[in-house]
Amino acid sequence: MSWIQDIVSPKTRDWEEFYRNRWAHDRVVRSTHGVNCTGSCTWNIYVKQGIVTWELQATDHLELEGEIPPYEPRGCQRGISYSWYLYSPMRVKYPYIRGSLLDAWTAARSRIQDPVEAWASIQADAKLRAGYQACRGKGGFRRTDWETVLELMAAANLYTAKKWGPDRVIGFSPIPAMSMLSYAAGARFLQLFGGVNLSFYDWYCDLPPASPEIWGEQTDVNESADWYNAKMIAVMGSNLNMTRTPDAHFVTEAKHNGTKLVVFTPDFAQVSKLADEWIPVHQGQDGAFWMAVNHVILKEWYVDKKTDSFLDYQKRTTDNPLLVRLEKEGDTWRPGRLLRANTQDAYKGEEHGDWKFLMWDSKTGRPRMPMGFAGHRWQKKKGQWNLLLKDGVTGEDIDPLLSFAEIKDEALSVQFDDFTKAGTCNRDIPVKYVDTPEGKVPVTTVFDLLFGQFGVARPGLTKGYAANYDDKEAVYTPAWQEILTGISRENVVKFARQWARTAELTGGKCTVIIGAGINHWYHNNLIYRAAIVSMMLTGSVGKNGGGMAHYVGQEKLAMGEPWGAIAFARDWNNAVRLQQAPVWHYVHCDQWRYEKHFSDYHVLPKNQKPGSLAQGHTMDVAVTAVRNGWLPFFPQYNRSSLELAQEAEKAGAKSDQEIVKYVVDKLKKKEVQFTVEDPDAETSWPRVWYIWRGNALMSSAKGHEYFLKHYLGTHSNAIASEAVAKDSVKMVKWWDTAPRGKMDLVVDLNFRVDTSALYSDIILPAATWYEKADLNTTDMHAYVNPLSAAVPPCWESKSDWDIFKALCKKIAELAPKHFPNPVKDVMSGPLMHDTEAEVAQVNIPDWLDGKDEPVPGKTMPNMSVVVRDYTKMYQRYIALGPNFAAKGMHAHGTHYECADHYEKFIKHPKKRVVEVDGKVCPSIEDAEEAADVVLHFASVSNGEMACRGYEDMEKRTGVPLMHLAEGSRNVEMTYKDIQSQPRRQHNSAMWSGLPSNGRAYAPFVYNVENNVPFRTLTGRQHYYLDHHMYLQYGEHLPTFKPKCSPTSYGDLVYTGKDDKVLMLNYLTPHGKWHIHSTYGDNERMMTLSRGCEPFWMNHLDAEKAGIKDNDWVEVHNDHGVLVTRAAVSARIPPGVSIVYHSPERTLNVPKSPLRGNKRAGGHNSLTRTRLKPNLMCGGYGQFTFYFNYWGPTGCNRDTHVLVRKLPKLEY
Amino acid sequence: MDVRAQVSMVFHLDKCIGCHTCSIACKNIWTDRRGTEYMWFNNVETKPGTGYPTQWENQDKYKGGWEVSGGTLRLKSTSKAKYLPNIFHNPTMPTMDDYYEPWTYRYQDLFNSPPGDDQPIARAVSMVTGEPMEIKAGPNWDDDLGGSPIYASNDVNLSAVTEQQRQQLNALERLVFFYFPRICNHCLNPACVASCPSGALYKRGEDGIVLINQKRCRAWRSCVSACPYKKSYYNWNTGKSEKCLLCYPRLETGQAPACFHSCVGRIRYLGVLLYDADRINEVAKLPQDKLIDGQRDLILDPFDPKVIEGAKKNGMTDEFIQFAQRSPVYKFVKVWKIALPPHLEFRTLPMLFYVPALLPVLGSTENDIYKSNTKPEDIFHKFNEMRVPMEYLANLFAAGDVNKMNYTLRKLMAVRVFKRAQTVGDIPMATALETLAQADTNEKEAEAIYRMTALPTFAQRFVIPPLAREVAIEAYKDPQEHKKEAGFGFTIEPKRGL
Repeated sequence: MSWIQDIVSPKTRDWEEFYRNRWAHDRVVRSTHGVNCTGSCTWNIYVKQGIVTWELQATDHLELEGEIPPYEPRGCQRGISYSWYLYSPMRVKYPYIRGSLLDAWTAARSRIQDPVEAWASIQADAKLRAGYQACRGKGGFRRTDWETVLELMAAANLYTAKKWGPDRVIGFSPIPAMSMLSYAAGARFLQLFGGVNLSFYDWYCDLPPASPEIWGEQTDVNESADWYNAKMIAVMGSNLNMTRTPDAHFVTEAKHNGTKLVVFTPDFAQVSKLADEWIPVHQGQDGAFWMAVNHVILKEWYVDKKTDSFLDYQKRTTDNPLLVRLEKEGDTWRPGRLLRANTQDAYKGEEHGDWKFLMWDSKTGRPRMPMGFAGHRWQKKKGQWNLLLKDGVTGEDIDPLLSFAEIKDEALSVQFDDFTKAGTCNRDIPVKYVDTPEGKVPVTTVFDLLFGQFGVARPGLTKGYAANYDDKEAVYTPAWQEILTGISRENVVKFARQWARTAELTGGKCTVIIGAGINHWYHNNLIYRAAIVSMMLTGSVGKNGGGMAHYVGQEKLAMGEPWGAIAFARDWNNAVRLQQAPVWHYVHCDQWRYEKHFSDYHVLPKNQKPGSLAQGHTMDVAVTAVRNGWLPFFPQYNRSSLELAQEAEKAGAKSDQEIVKYVVDKLKKKEVQFTVEDPDAETSWPRVWYIWRGNALMSSAKGHEYFLKHYLGTHSNAIASEAVAKDSVKMVKWWDTAPRGKMDLVVDLNFRVDTSALYSDIILPAATWYEKADLNTTDMHAYVNPLSAAVPPCWESKSDWDIFKALCKKIAELAPKHFPNPVKDVMSGPLMHDTEAEVAQVNIPDWLDGKDEPVPGKTMPNMSVVVRDYTKMYQRYIALGPNFAAKGMHAHGTHYECADHYEKFIKHPKKRVVEVDGKVCPSIEDAEEAADVVLHFASVSNGEMACRGYEDMEKRTGVPLMHLAEGSRNVEMTYKDIQSQPRRQHNSAMWSGLPSNGRAYAPFVYNVENNVPFRTLTGRQHYYLDHHMYLQYGEHLPTFKPKCSPTSYGDLVYTGKDDKVLMLNYLTPHGKWHIHSTYGDNERMMTLSRGCEPFWMNHLDAEKAGIKDNDWVEVHNDHGVLVTRAAVSARIPPGVSIVYHSPERTLNVPKSPLRGNKRAGGHNSLTRTRLKPNLMCGGYGQFTFYFNYWGPTGCNRDTHVLVRKLPKLEY
Repeated sequence: MDVRAQVSMVFHLDKCIGCHTCSIACKNIWTDRRGTEYMWFNNVETKPGTGYPTQWENQDKYKGGWEVSGGTLRLKSTSKAKYLPNIFHNPTMPTMDDYYEPWTYRYQDLFNSPPGDDQPIARAVSMVTGEPMEIKAGPNWDDDLGGSPIYASNDVNLSAVTEQQRQQLNALERLVFFYFPRICNHCLNPACVASCPSGALYKRGEDGIVLINQKRCRAWRSCVSACPYKKSYYNWNTGKSEKCLLCYPRLETGQAPACFHSCVGRIRYLGVLLYDADRINEVAKLPQDKLIDGQRDLILDPFDPKVIEGAKKNGMTDEFIQFAQRSPVYKFVKVWKIALPPHLEFRTLPMLFYVPALLPVLGSTENDIYKSNTKPEDIFHKFNEMRVPMEYLANLFAAGDVNKMNYTLRKLMAVRVFKRAQTVGDIPMATALETLAQADTNEKEAEAIYRMTALPTFAQRFVIPPLAREVAIEAYKDPQEHKKEAGFGFTIEPKRGL
């Protein structure tokens, strides 16, 4: 054996056991990380002598079809550093409470036997309350025990319900999909209690509003493997290798299969390295580039030649053939609303005739009504909600005409907006005149309007249009965009040609991968729409390898149906309190007080009519939105919802309906108010706040310093005046002094001390991701992954499931004295997506001034009554309630029955049951039991449920769908199954991709291939949005609005500026060494970065400000201050700075000389929330609320800061 | 001919995403102890950049590797004349300034701070002194710092480019960076092994892994100086030096090294190369422009009956030889010639090879408007129109030979052109075939390169040969006895100065 022996004999190599011993381990357990990274990677956790020592990726995914590379391995630098936390000095091992609060509590409890009354005594003492609030974030924690904190929390909850109403207890936990049972634990507790869950996907600005606008869908995207199917990929605002780390290989691999990759980033971001072409577009201006791309596509693929495959796609899947009325405005015409079917004699009697629309049939030469509109979806007769091009009455085939160019009665001069010039231009549009009850009206098609909007002339239609690509003055030409984007016209033309040609040759294999770099701008919806139009025009949506691949946030909770029932306690209650967080924070932490009219920074069409919602203060639009039932707002009323129900009953209300009527009357008479109308009154304040699985006070807290000031009542580094809005708001009561310290109690569940923990009153020790059972899914792939306990929860930590269970138990224990009997709770909620409320409001209602009747669910919020029994909180928490069986499973407008399987669970000899009020229910006492319920009743993980879902959809649509479930009927997953191997989801009617049989998940293939409508007003993909607010805002057509200017945005009004100080646009994209704030504080990540999250700036800018690489810098604006080190590089463009999201303010942060030598803050100390008001509209098609689905988002990219070298370093 | 086996590696830099998962996989398992804090058996560098330890490629400073002097090879660091005077003080040894002072934070202060009038923090403290410190360097300090006048511009490999080109690397039109992950190259002519006065370093016969015997090491640290890649580190706690062990405990159990396993970019390949040990000295002495071909010649064709015979003579089993035949590394290095060794001019004959990265096309700026430098009709740009000076890449991977670099990049681009023609058709197939021919390749080879680049499974990327542990153990102990006793015993930590 010379080949082994000849150099060194094995005998002298016995020392090699030194490293072999290290490698040896005792146990390997599969788990993953619950961290909103979208990874959902499957990991092996290595345990040695009862201690977790390291982790490595598991590599046993089932393979995908055909020529797609394997997923293996999935996992990144951040995930692999997680084991550091378990035994680290920042691990929360025991419950902690701030000393000042504990002292007050101990003193109160020594005087007062009853804990609820003891808490009441603290809250009644304003000085004591303000005193412990002022200590928040300033040290003084003490170790305590579970009994003490559980009792205090239970007392605070019951006191709040009794004194103010249960909807003052709120909770924030983000992104359920990353550890869905841990999320469900707190949500279930809150909803059983009557409390409020805050949304997250919109607050994080991860929600792309363009998705609901166009597709009626929150987000539905390609799994990363499907990138491999794309033949041209444009990446914008998404730093793939940095933030989609486990998936980026599909892009590099696709390149070697002939795919072209173009990257749009203002800086030479990490992803640029992968590109064929890097397009250094000016930050936030990408929309202009895409608008010009669309100009070229329309010109060359629709005018110069006719591309049949593209034309056919427009007719079948988009709103392009629909008829639009033109409205006379002064001496011009503007695009108006879609022409309704019931304006035509042939369709007069149609149910929901206002919600059905018309196309021009080329065969019969008249407007015809096909099927698939919202009106068909919600009419009594089922089976007409489909995209077949057949007349909805006669069933005859329709061949829609896309354009009137060749058969026009006339060409009218129609006005289009040019927001770059804050003006308008007029272009000739071909029209036909159509008879309606109002007489003859001119109509055109959406398609014809697109030519007008993009300025693409056609034979005979040239007036007002761009002369050619070099016409700089005409909006949306390649030359026009140069000054906005900094990119040459040649690049636009070349890109557009390659893009459309690729799509034409491959049947739509063009993908845009997009992310937070775009989605966090104020006008993100417009940038997205511009890019999506390029894919709709090229037939690239609903294709494998095509479409808008938006990845910001791990929003995809694959097993949505049963999970939703458990999480929001729908198994017990019929109504929930789910709050749109951006509006909530904007209002409750008083950020609305710090700005004037939104028209100061948001360019709008001029000459708004009286009553237009495109003027005034954002707060006034928010009030309108709440009154009209467009958005939820909690607390609901300036009175307790329990008290109101009781009062109604005293006044003689016999039924729930009568209770509701009583409250409606009170609202109408203005005897009861929505809290949004007077948020600073103490009757409106939120009081008790639970934070778990997230960093609500720092990493997601846009306007962090305002959180500290108005929520917490502690120190703050904001210097802006809180009275800016005084003369601008009309519908809100003004208080000269804004309240400080609205929150009575803030509780944080955590495994580490992040900023939220540091500023909370109580820190509860939470089990880590290697210490509990849970479920995890993502949109990056279609597998289901578990979290598992490699070791039991360490020290005194508990899983979230068990913590909230213990809290429920304690509340039930204390409840009998304060709530001996069940109580009624009046519930108020918005008009919901995927319900009949989609056809509620043809026009904007106004019931407060008596124009319309206040009708719950129609002109105002939905209202109902829920019965609460606080003495049964615990029993209900651990039992899967009877509604679960009675109501069946729902999600995304699908439905299936499951009562037989519920019974099966009860009778199953190896499963446990719980008895509640004499009813036997399946047990979900343990998280693992809940996991099995979720997997069993979900359509993606149980083939029987999938079949039932499609069966139901067949009835609704009248098209065959059961073939999609073929082969899955007998598939079932359990928690143990997914622990042994990641299992792949199968086709389900809840989702628009079709991942069965190893097909890569691509969104909307279900719709495009099967004639299933999109969940929009018209059932089609929308180029055109005809809601009144969109018309008022000039966003009815895809358009471009310039970025908010730094002077008008109001970040630097109170901030002084001298010569050495530099103003920069402040960007906070996702970073390399952390997932949000997690990991960024551990030794591994800090060592591989610079020991901090630095302030990245251009080398020439740095020189101007006298800053050198690694100098300390003080970055500030009206909202607060950040002190960190500079990273200087030419890869950052001049005028821009980057602080990667999101550093903690807990690690090595110096003090700020500019703010009285107080500790500097974090990245969100420099941001503030501004809401885009037209995203508040509701009660209309896809503009209907769903939690994390619709509403304005918490954007923050338009922020500006000043930076200077830190004059003095002090800790 | 003396046929030996080397477990060798290919890193495909076009696929590298710079994530550093590899670094942490390694750190978690091997260098998380006291004394090893600053050791990164695997690190990832941003290029252009100065790397870790800083400017390690500068052998004027560090004197690593070999030089040819009077027809013989000798170590730059410890030639006999220099050896004795410097045995207790080696001026070319990297210092803590060249590495960094490891740090942590006083996390406990977040729990323990008394109530005060401002927010407490966890201060950064030195892992060496325990005292608060200012952080001025780290093991990845210039990460993503392309366009840095301090770091990127001081990359040693830029010596060949003009001052003007160097300046341009900070401009929008040329700005670029890519990633360069590094582990021990497990060289055929390892300077570290040759330099050790204690004979503690050796190259394993069965797989060529270079190891430092932790019982024999006497803290001379000659290996630290001699290794031109600075992949040997001194453990100040145990008083031993340590280095990448290519995860032999994993390889011996059929698992890829942790950094290979965890590589999310899927850039890494591992497999056996057979080579002729008789010719190492001869090849290592070749003139610089002959080195690349020389090293390729040294690598033997595992299908050649003579080589097989030689391998068998040296004790390799049939199965082992089959693994050599299936080695992806053999294909990349020898058959396709698209993987190149780093800094072969250091003459250690590294056995880790890199497929260079394809980078975005150059641009130009006129009146503040940016334009990509491609022709309107081109789907892809030409291989030599990318944003990096070819001389720079050649200095890194081709011992300065630009032609070798061109050959590689041209072929990589040709494969993409061919696949585009095949899957989309907006490039005519005739053009694609011509492009392949110009790149010294053909349809069949292009398809094979594509598959191994884009589609490989774990098993195809990591062709781990059987390492015959039972045979190795049998040399000194009955394997059955070993089975019964394995793992029993007390763990005694090696003491300093052992």
